[in-house]
Amino acid sequence: MERILEQMPRFFSGPNLILLLESAGLTLAMTVAGCLIGFGLAFVLVFLRQTPGLWALPLRFVCILYVEVFRRIPFIVVIYLVLFFIQTVTPNASLFTIAVIAICLYAVAYTADIIRGGLESVPLAQIEAAQAMNLSRLQTNLRIVLPQAWPVIIPPAIAFAVSFIKDTALVSQVGVFELTFRGKELNNQGYSGILVFGTIALCYFLMSFPLSMLGQYLEKRLATPRGQRRSRKIWFT
Amino acid sequence: MPHLAVKDVRAKYGSLEVLKGISFSIEKGEIAALVGPSGSGKSTVLRALMGLTPITGGAVDIAGETMNYSSAKEVRAARDRMAVVFQQYNLFQNMTVMQNLTLAPLKIKKWNKSEVMSEARRLLGLVGLSDKADAFSDQLSGGQQQRVALARALALKPQILLLDEVTSALDPELVNEVLDAIRKLANEGMTMVIVSHEMAFVREVADKVVFMDAGQIIEAGTPTELFDTPRTDRARDFFSKILRH
Repeated sequence: MERILEQMPRFFSGPNLILLLESAGLTLAMTVAGCLIGFGLAFVLVFLRQTPGLWALPLRFVCILYVEVFRRIPFIVVIYLVLFFIQTVTPNASLFTIAVIAICLYAVAYTADIIRGGLESVPLAQIEAAQAMNLSRLQTNLRIVLPQAWPVIIPPAIAFAVSFIKDTALVSQVGVFELTFRGKELNNQGYSGILVFGTIALCYFLMSFPLSMLGQYLEKRLATPRGQRRSRKIWFT
Repeated sequence: MPHLAVKDVRAKYGSLEVLKGISFSIEKGEIAALVGPSGSGKSTVLRALMGLTPITGGAVDIAGETMNYSSAKEVRAARDRMAVVFQQYNLFQNMTVMQNLTLAPLKIKKWNKSEVMSEARRLLGLVGLSDKADAFSDQLSGGQQQRVALARALALKPQILLLDEVTSALDPELVNEVLDAIRKLANEGMTMVIVSHEMAFVREVADKVVFMDAGQIIEAGTPTELFDTPRTDRARDFFSKILRH
């Protein structure tokens, strides 16, 4: 304890803080970039997966296979696979790019099922009403299904991103200077582990908590009038 | 040539044949009522006409054009000529009443915006809901929602209007407000195919009654013929049970 108190002023000095801030920014950037791109691609994947018709059977199969495979591989394995694959193709790709791609691949698989669940929560009758008016599949999805599916998709999607901020710690394994990597470095420099990783824990919390709040805000804003009524406080007697 | 001619239309759900060759026709401005017990295939006829249930045989003449729904283009053409009102209204939950009415006319038919808006307001007036233009469907009663659905279908200016048990999901008190709106349409000369259990209403507005059972037409004719002097035992049995109430 004395050692921690004694190290505190030196630990929270300028260079260290900048280092931590930079790596926290890197962690956040990786997560946001990876999850946003992944989320966008997941929509494309779900749309392709729902392509009707016999000719699209291989397409549907590939989409399902992708989701099922990536959901069953540990994230760390995905990171290494991406690392070695990308380095074979373009030897001078940055580690940041590699990390984002890995996060992206993983996020697609996980959010695709969240999105599919959301879209499938919209009653078929709504889709038939749109079809009967000659709305195309894309128009039906964009104008009718998606607006009604958002309140179902957003909460678990944000929850996934929040939990993923933590999982990005794994990319330190391939040498990306993100938060946990810097923590190990500082720890090796002789700073108390409790101090270093306590600070790092706080950083992770400060990054993910606002995201959770954003999720709750969006959930309320996107809710339909009926949804808003449902989410009002219920008093149990 | 009849305005709508359904010719030997067949449909299957899996291996179950739900329509075993349905044929009937109506002239412009006429109203045909499909009646019969639950599961007889009445609603499936309307779904097949709208291209929501694929047909496995037969063809349909709509306003002089023959189609058999074999291509996406034909399905679109059929949907372009007809509009359907569902039993459960199926208003788009994420849109206001006005948006429900104007979506397809603006985005699909690409009609002039100011004309579409004024026509939508006229139709809301017709069904007595001028003050509900900005309401969402879950702020409306069932009867109001069904009248909006009716207005939404009319906004498409269909040549033929299909009504699928439009009063079955409503409180008895609300049934009349919807029936009144349909009566107005009948007086305006709208060609309609209606599936209904409201026999008194069918007798009043229908030009032709088609009695179906188990995917087949058992008997067809004028309301008086079917209700008062049915020729088949099955029809006599059905109407004696249903008309007693």
